[in-house]
Amino acid sequence: MSDTKIKITDLHKAFGRKVVLDGVDLEIKKGESLVVIGGSGTGKSVLIKCIQGILTPDKGSILVDDEEVVGVSEKEKEKLHSKMGMLFQGGALFDSLSVWENVAFGLLENKKMDKKNAKMEAIRVLRQVGLAPDVADLSPSELSGGMQKRVGLARAIATRPEIIFFDEPTTGLDPIMSDVINGLIIESVKGLGATALTITHDMASARKIADRIAMLYKGKIIWQGTVKELDKTNNEYVRQFINGSSEGPIKVEV
Amino acid sequence: MIQKFLRKLGKPLVKFFSSLGELSIFVIRSVANCFMPPFYIRNFLRQVMDIGFYSLPVVGLTTIFAGMVIAIQSYSGFSRFGAESAVASVVLISVTRELAPVLSALMVAGRIGAAMAAEIGTMRVTEQIDALTTLSTNPYKYLITPRIVAAVIVLPLLVLIGDVIGIFGGYVVGVYQLGFNPANYIKSTIDNLEALDITTGVVKAAVFGFIIAVMGCYNGFKSKGGAQGVGDATTNAVVSSSILILIFNYIITGMFFSK
Repeated sequence: MSDTKIKITDLHKAFGRKVVLDGVDLEIKKGESLVVIGGSGTGKSVLIKCIQGILTPDKGSILVDDEEVVGVSEKEKEKLHSKMGMLFQGGALFDSLSVWENVAFGLLENKKMDKKNAKMEAIRVLRQVGLAPDVADLSPSELSGGMQKRVGLARAIATRPEIIFFDEPTTGLDPIMSDVINGLIIESVKGLGATALTITHDMASARKIADRIAMLYKGKIIWQGTVKELDKTNNEYVRQFINGSSEGPIKVEV
Repeated sequence: MIQKFLRKLGKPLVKFFSSLGELSIFVIRSVANCFMPPFYIRNFLRQVMDIGFYSLPVVGLTTIFAGMVIAIQSYSGFSRFGAESAVASVVLISVTRELAPVLSALMVAGRIGAAMAAEIGTMRVTEQIDALTTLSTNPYKYLITPRIVAAVIVLPLLVLIGDVIGIFGGYVVGVYQLGFNPANYIKSTIDNLEALDITTGVVKAAVFGFIIAVMGCYNGFKSKGGAQGVGDATTNAVVSSSILILIFNYIITGMFFSK
């Protein structure tokens, strides 16, 4: 077996006339942490949703563990999802369930663990992301933004997935909390030996999490390399993005 | 000029048919999932409580006043040709065939259809539905099937209770306001009781329950664009299910009673 976990070839996706992905090629190795950077609305989220099979791409191929995921049946998608975990931008915690039921959701519904063990496991994972056991019985709406992110992270890693997606993990958090979350992400990904795909426009976060960084612009991957290479690159698009300048080849459409 | 006109005409038409197609696919997928495990019993029971138990006061109030009004109206109408004695059977027939199923369904559409659209719509815009998918849980089975099954089972029960309360309303007005003899009123009600009256009401209720749940879930499921999108979904759910209830009421009545 090759050491490639996810291989994306010539991926296209358009919504009506708006072309979002225009031939994305990307490879993620086993155990690697890849960060995709890019401006708002460049299709980063669409890329993740295509890999998860939530959106169906118009053209192209996505291989996970050398198996095609584009156009497979619902049943195979469910099998695919059991390999994956995801931390959503807004947390996306189920507000009708308590914190521990959120964390243990995958364990209860799919791994058919009994309630008592699932709760113990949930509390263990919560502690792993730095939350006290007494948080377990609260409702998600009673938590602060940072705590919700932690619970979301706990839910994403509770089923011990092989692949974890992070959608803007630090958006809406203060710099210190961002760093804490970044630390937790690294810890949990390395702890599980999982492959991670993060999308963000927070460069501090990208530098900290990434083994490798790829930049998405106008529906294509225009640059990829390690963090070291990022600082040396002559690619004007990348330079403009990491310096956060409004002047350069990237024009902001108003 | 003509092209411009055709374009104006075509756009909403295409939109109409594409959403009709979307709705059909949604209905087929939801119904198909009713028969395939896993079943989420807890979610189903929660919906039974929400749709059934908590709707009891609303349904009770609606049907009791409907029964009372029908008693007064039919009395004053029938007294013109000396047929006051028909009040009990008119109350019976109009409550069981029409008033209890239709009015209860409309009230439940306002209460439950709106709540379903708002809850599922909020889950959609906060990505909770995507989160379900990534936790390898089928959102149709987890969210929609329990609601549809619960509504189809519970609405007929609500209507049966509504029948009793509505007839009781007519009895109260008949006996205490219009001066009927209680024993005669009850006897006349029982003598005129036919199974067909009850069954048609119950069949209607099951169909209405299906309409309410499907429209509530569909509009919530398809909502997008934050708070406003959820608001629109809620409005659409209530309006579309109310209209469909009235249309299907006509169709089912036609199927049972037109010769």
